[in-house]
Amino acid sequence: MSSSTLRSSTPADALSVSIRELSRRFGDRVVLNELSLEIAAGEIVALIGPSGCGKSTLLRHIGGLDSPTDGSIAIGGLPVTGLDARSAIAFQEPRLLPWRSITRNVEVGLPRGKRTSADRDRVAELLELVKLSSSAHLRPREISGGMAQRVSLARALARRPGVLLLDEPFGALDALTRLSMQDLLLDLHTAEPATIVIVTHDVDEALYLADRVILLGAIDPTESAAHASIRSTVVVPGLRPRDRGSGDLAELRAELLEGLGVPTHHLSAR
Amino acid sequence: MSTLRTRVVSLNSGTPVLERPLVGDVTGAPVPVTSEPRPRRRWVRATVLGGVIPIAVIVLWQAIATSGLVPSYRLPTPLSVWAAGVDLYERGVLYQHIAISTQRVLLGFGIGAIVGLALASIVGLSARASELFAPTLGALRAVPSLAWVPLLGLYLGLNEDSKVALVAIGAFFPVYTTVAPALRHVDAHLVELGRSYGYSGPALLSLVQLPAVVPAVISSLRLALAQAWLFLVAGELLGASLGLGFLLVDSQQNGRIDRLFLTIILLGILGKGTDSAVGLLERFLLKRWGS
Ligand SMILES: Nc1ncnc2c1ncn2[C@@H]1O[C@H](COP(=O)(O)OP(=O)(O)OP(=O)(O)O)[C@@H](O)[C@H]1O
Ligand SMILES: [Mg+2]
Repeated sequence: MSSSTLRSSTPADALSVSIRELSRRFGDRVVLNELSLEIAAGEIVALIGPSGCGKSTLLRHIGGLDSPTDGSIAIGGLPVTGLDARSAIAFQEPRLLPWRSITRNVEVGLPRGKRTSADRDRVAELLELVKLSSSAHLRPREISGGMAQRVSLARALARRPGVLLLDEPFGALDALTRLSMQDLLLDLHTAEPATIVIVTHDVDEALYLADRVILLGAIDPTESAAHASIRSTVVVPGLRPRDRGSGDLAELRAELLEGLGVPTHHLSAR
Repeated sequence: MSTLRTRVVSLNSGTPVLERPLVGDVTGAPVPVTSEPRPRRRWVRATVLGGVIPIAVIVLWQAIATSGLVPSYRLPTPLSVWAAGVDLYERGVLYQHIAISTQRVLLGFGIGAIVGLALASIVGLSARASELFAPTLGALRAVPSLAWVPLLGLYLGLNEDSKVALVAIGAFFPVYTTVAPALRHVDAHLVELGRSYGYSGPALLSLVQLPAVVPAVISSLRLALAQAWLFLVAGELLGASLGLGFLLVDSQQNGRIDRLFLTIILLGILGKGTDSAVGLLERFLLKRWGS
């Protein structure tokens, strides 16, 4: 249903992301350590890892909001040197402008310039998608935290980015809305295939959405959680939409949770 | 017994609190919309209530003044104050005093506020400009404002310019000292949001920073206006041939206590009037830009 509403608009071209030996230090504190990752155009990659391990920092680097101490990043084969119109980020906090209505907040995501009627249609379409049409006129203080996150998602989609960067986009949502938003994101991905990098704390969410799940953290257990590189990569089998209760996924879930340091008491079939 | 039971049952089933629709927002309670209706009756009540104390004061004043407890050269009756006003009006000078004072306030306030906003923007937005200007402006602000009066008198003469300049100094500092830090403390997350969606320079300023400081600008303007009237009276007390401050000195020297009272009341009314005008502006702007 939601994918058909978007089919009218020209689909964005998904772009590949290539991260080479990326290091980021804040002072003498190493947050990212020689991290390399290739993401194919149109792929959905989930980043998981303990709090403070550098997931948001990695996302900010891909979006050109922060520059690496060492290493390089390229989107679609061209290097990222600063703020970049090829990607759009939905921050960990909704970051809505409190004096603007929901509609006008989503408009911020459109490419700058004169607003045309096509722009208005685009915003209306996005609000419809994130189920906020009836709240379009409200101010941010009049909506709930989960609604605010949906506004932030719609804003990031507005400019049809080649790379969509989502930092815990569903973190503030209740379990039910979270599930329907995951399906919504997959619909969006079908309709407008962008490359998606999504940070999440929810292993099930990662396994449901992603082609690959990347577990970040310190490789050397004597280091702190920061000093992060890729600890393991899980290629999720099966085509989307996936069966949320699938047995294969249960195996992977246990593996990832162990990787995060959570004892699962899972009796492996192996 | 049975009635009690039915009542309990109907109470339970009659409350739809648990039946929140699952479509739309299931994510939590939104903040209630606060645009409450403004019934006309509340406005009327506020006017009536607000008038109670002034009327009581006038009645009490009349009672004391006519009782003989205080000699009339110390406390004029309300009626004689009114008569003094009519007298000045008929001689054509009352209007002159009021007009020249109001003109000085508005001019000085306008200049001070504009310069204040301009400097606050520079200092608030650029760390380098802040390092350059902030210490000097801070030191100037520490000078007790009336210390400027003799200097301004010497430089600009005891004419309009010196009084407008003094009022402008008075209006400048509240605006500068409120708006500059407000700009500096605009939520860095929102500024970054603007930048990440391709806004920079003036576009970013009008997307994020300016709207964010609208409330601070308005409250600084109200403060500046009050300061403007204060500095006006100070300037006129110390050397003028026209204006309400001059009328105060003149009345004191001639023992015209009725005119003294009249001038004080006029200053109160004018100050409140201009403040209400800014208040109207505030309501309009906050509706547009408030959160
Ligand atoms: N601007 C900065 N200056 C100094 N240190 C920073 C800065 N930004 C991030 N850090 C540090 O980098 C580390 C990683 O931060 P980051 O926000 O990327 O973590 P995260 O994985 O997103 O955590 P969470 O899951 O809690 O959101 C943290 O230890 C943080 O203290
Ligand atoms: Mg984070």
